[in-house]
Amino acid sequence: MNQTEVTKEGLKHERPEREATTGVVAGRKQRRDTMVPPAKFQSYYGKPVINKPVWASPDIPGYLFLGGLAGASSLLGAGGQLTKRRGLARVSKAAAAAAGGLSLVALVHDLGRPARFLNMLRVFKVTSPMSVGSWLLSAYVPAAGLAALSEMTGAVPLLGTAASCGAAVLGPAVASYTAALISNTAVPAWHEGHKTMPFVFVASGASAAGGLAMAAAPLAESGPARRLGLAGGAVELALTKAMEHQMHPAVRKSYHEGKAKWLIRAAEALTAAGILGGFAAGRRSRLGAGISGACLVAGSACTRFGIFWAGEASALDPQATLTPQRERFEEKISFEKGAEVEELRG
Amino acid sequence: MIGPLNLLSSERAAEPASADGYADHPRRMGFFTDTSVCIGCKACEVACKEWNHVPEDGLNFTAMSYDNTEGLGADTWRHVKFIEQRKPLGRQEPGLLHELASPISFNGQVGQVAPAAPKLAALPQASPDGSPFIDFRWLMASDVCKHCTDAACLDVCPTGALFRTEFGTVVVQEDVCNGCGYCVPACPFGVLDQREGDGRIWKCTLCYDRISYGEEPACAKACPTNSIQFGELDELRERARGRLAQLHEGGVRDAQLYLDGKEDGIGGAGAFFLLLDEPEVYGLPPDPVVTTRDLPRMWKLVGAAAGALFATAVSSFVRAGK
Repeated sequence: MNQTEVTKEGLKHERPEREATTGVVAGRKQRRDTMVPPAKFQSYYGKPVINKPVWASPDIPGYLFLGGLAGASSLLGAGGQLTKRRGLARVSKAAAAAAGGLSLVALVHDLGRPARFLNMLRVFKVTSPMSVGSWLLSAYVPAAGLAALSEMTGAVPLLGTAASCGAAVLGPAVASYTAALISNTAVPAWHEGHKTMPFVFVASGASAAGGLAMAAAPLAESGPARRLGLAGGAVELALTKAMEHQMHPAVRKSYHEGKAKWLIRAAEALTAAGILGGFAAGRRSRLGAGISGACLVAGSACTRFGIFWAGEASALDPQATLTPQRERFEEKISFEKGAEVEELRG
Repeated sequence: MIGPLNLLSSERAAEPASADGYADHPRRMGFFTDTSVCIGCKACEVACKEWNHVPEDGLNFTAMSYDNTEGLGADTWRHVKFIEQRKPLGRQEPGLLHELASPISFNGQVGQVAPAAPKLAALPQASPDGSPFIDFRWLMASDVCKHCTDAACLDVCPTGALFRTEFGTVVVQEDVCNGCGYCVPACPFGVLDQREGDGRIWKCTLCYDRISYGEEPACAKACPTNSIQFGELDELRERARGRLAQLHEGGVRDAQLYLDGKEDGIGGAGAFFLLLDEPEVYGLPPDPVVTTRDLPRMWKLVGAAAGALFATAVSSFVRAGK
């Protein structure tokens, strides 16, 4: 009976019949060890196991970036006001209001049914970071807006100050909760980073807010922004690397391939340039502060987009989903077997 | 909301409807999909579409196997997988060799071991005409939403559109869903997806409307081989254990139950399977874990990170002086 299979790649399992050569002549090496080879990776025709996120770019990665920028800017805004740095306060509050508002627009725009966005406020669920985030944003965005309006126009100063303080308290939560938002999924490149992601996100937010204020606020007042931006950038660089290293190699791969690879590399280069430039020229030169600040902002954006695309790539890659699970599963089984043996002995 | 806190609680796994606040409810209902008798006819896919008005999911040709549906999604609530393998065992028994009863002869009663089932190894290695048996088999399996006890989709839904029914199943309310898409990447099985041109998320409802009136779901009703069995979950599990024993007895060593209520990362499934190979071969994750199991830790770390940002910002002003 013929076992030859006709495939798109040509014939498979063709029978060698009489022309077959065997042994060393055919290139067979002598077996050196009898170890069982590692289990072959299996999947269903290479199809993804999980469905990839339906979140669109630039809406959602843009939202991750803007949320961080807004949240950290609110801290600089309130700090600037409390320490009488009016220029810094003005720039940072405007940035917070604009980024916060824009992020809300991006979120609503990404909904499958934008007209139903108010359904987000039907319930409050701690098990859903998106629910928590919706409530957070519905308090934060008006506060940040009011703070900026009062700062710009000088109207309602007391209410403005209260709003600034409110935004500064909510700001860090706005900057960090998005880490839980994306880590709390079955997407391997996001979920496996859940221990470090919150710190990467706040650092990236600090870098963006510091960079923006460094670039736009008067040099004499931008000291705190520079310190926050440089510290944020440095931590962002270090922790993004650390986060990748905590991941299973099959998952880490998605950070080193395709779009994610270039974005993460660009983020590293831009953030490093921003840090160096900020140290060297951020204090004295207007141009230096402008360029290095812009580098930090761009670096932060590239980090978020890179993480977003790494997640999408890992969702489409069955190896990223299956390999860590299979290893975990084997471990569990061998642990159970070990426990059984122990029991028999005991 | 209670989900991640009392994960692995056996009471919760038995009756998630009680844990989610139903005082008076029917027994937990579910599916047992026995893939060993699936013939890949796709009647379940068609019946599901007909009953639930699920739109067409693309007239594609995948060229990978007889499966042109590819995977579960907004417009595919039942999906028949079709696997071609270079493995022995799945050969056809014409039933003409009287002295050799089929090793997995189905004697009509599920769960009952055929008394005279000979071991597979005892069978001859060649067919009557002298040609060798081919190392080749087809596996077919009808996949569906697992209706998890600890359902990630339900946990992460920000609108409350996803809810637990009195039968312990998980259903999307289409008049509430705003298409935020959070449940899509949250599901460890790739069940939910967004419908194009509609924007909302759709998935298997375990025919909530039919079972509310005591009818079985459309797919189970249409299944000609009883590969899809619907019923009270406890009973289905019992039945599945019997069937597994029967297959093992018949020499089908690869047969295994998947998500059959043993300790797993989703607290037990409402739809479980009997597979003839490892789950990966069927595109199923071998160790799925509900993502919200790690959420309490994530929230703590988010809090720590927010605190760190606040402190860093304050210190950047303090060091600057005035």
